[in-house]
Amino acid sequence: MPETLLYCRCAYAQVVPTGVKNDVLQRLCDSGSSFETVSDLCEMAAHRDPRLQNLVNSGKLKIAACYPRAVTGLFHQAGSPLPENTEIFNMRTQTAEEIVGQMLQDSTVSVAVEG
Amino acid sequence: MITHTARPLKVVLYEGKGAIPLPAESRAKVMMALLDKGYAVARVTESGSNSSAPSDDHTLLLLGTFPARQAPELEDATGRVKIEARDITDLDPDSIVALVEKSRGSKPMNEPGKWKPWFPVIDYTRCTNCMQCLSFCLFDVYGVSTENKIQVQNNDNCKTNCPACSRVCPEVAIMFPKYQAGPINGDDVSAADHGREKMKVDISSLLGGDIYSALKDRSAAAKSRFSKERSPDKALDERKKCLTKLVSDGFIPMDVLASLPSPDVILRKAEEAKARAAAALAAQ
Repeated sequence: MPETLLYCRCAYAQVVPTGVKNDVLQRLCDSGSSFETVSDLCEMAAHRDPRLQNLVNSGKLKIAACYPRAVTGLFHQAGSPLPENTEIFNMRTQTAEEIVGQMLQDSTVSVAVEG
Repeated sequence: MITHTARPLKVVLYEGKGAIPLPAESRAKVMMALLDKGYAVARVTESGSNSSAPSDDHTLLLLGTFPARQAPELEDATGRVKIEARDITDLDPDSIVALVEKSRGSKPMNEPGKWKPWFPVIDYTRCTNCMQCLSFCLFDVYGVSTENKIQVQNNDNCKTNCPACSRVCPEVAIMFPKYQAGPINGDDVSAADHGREKMKVDISSLLGGDIYSALKDRSAAAKSRFSKERSPDKALDERKKCLTKLVSDGFIPMDVLASLPSPDVILRKAEEAKARAAAALAAQ
């Protein structure tokens, strides 16, 4: 099953350490992989953004964002519950090296172009 | 408050077939600059493929470095999405952002810095549907679904930086992802957190066990004083005193105090919330 790598910038509030989120993005960019980025998952969930459902439908998701409990809750509350096989990495507590290493592990990456 | 969901365009940084990869040093800078402006950006390389069709009629702005600086002419096979391609050879990140902004034109878009997405998120693996949050919130953020389950219904009513409802949840099931500290920010809930959070329920008991009852009592006392002292400001002063401790404890921002409804409205809301909670619980 193809995987979609998703990076959340948390641009609407500075609760994710800037150094970590920049480093994660840098490493994804350097990897040669395709990936999706969003400005802020909270902002999308607040508006029940239908693009969240497009992301859920795009294959197995590996998400670099914040606490898995929060990310799972955001998608659920937005009406787009995450499949059980979703992997969520926490840029508030993990290192960029750890996160990107796990995101790129065994990945067959696809990109969801949801407009 | 910006409540529209419009995202007039999605940006694709294209480095797939027919394009020349961007210089490594500028790739991440371009993405950061666009994300910090509020855009969603996909990076597409030769390793990627489109796995799902576009679902709406937004514009896809494809940026790439193309041979002879000639961006290809592209169109969506389904005809639903407008695709624009632009060559960005030799453009610095600021110029690329300017190009994207120009392409967006005057179409509105949510932007970071103008609003903070602050609202409660319920962890349904912990929630027991006790309805305490529904009874507690003065701003109608919570509601009950057709299945009689508690849910967040009015995000926009939530007061920025106020996590008070998460403190009254006996199961620590209410999160605010933009909050600094755990477990309110979504961090795992430890046994110690659970105990501590239960004690935090006492923020309502500082007003006499139940915030609404206390406000009601104080409102009644204030009303009584109205008649004796003819001072309408007394009620407000009294109510503010009640909540000052919540503010000083850091649970409630000062501006939440200022936006509290009048005592009469609080009483009415309390009765309505109690009735809704009771009806939902009875129907379970």
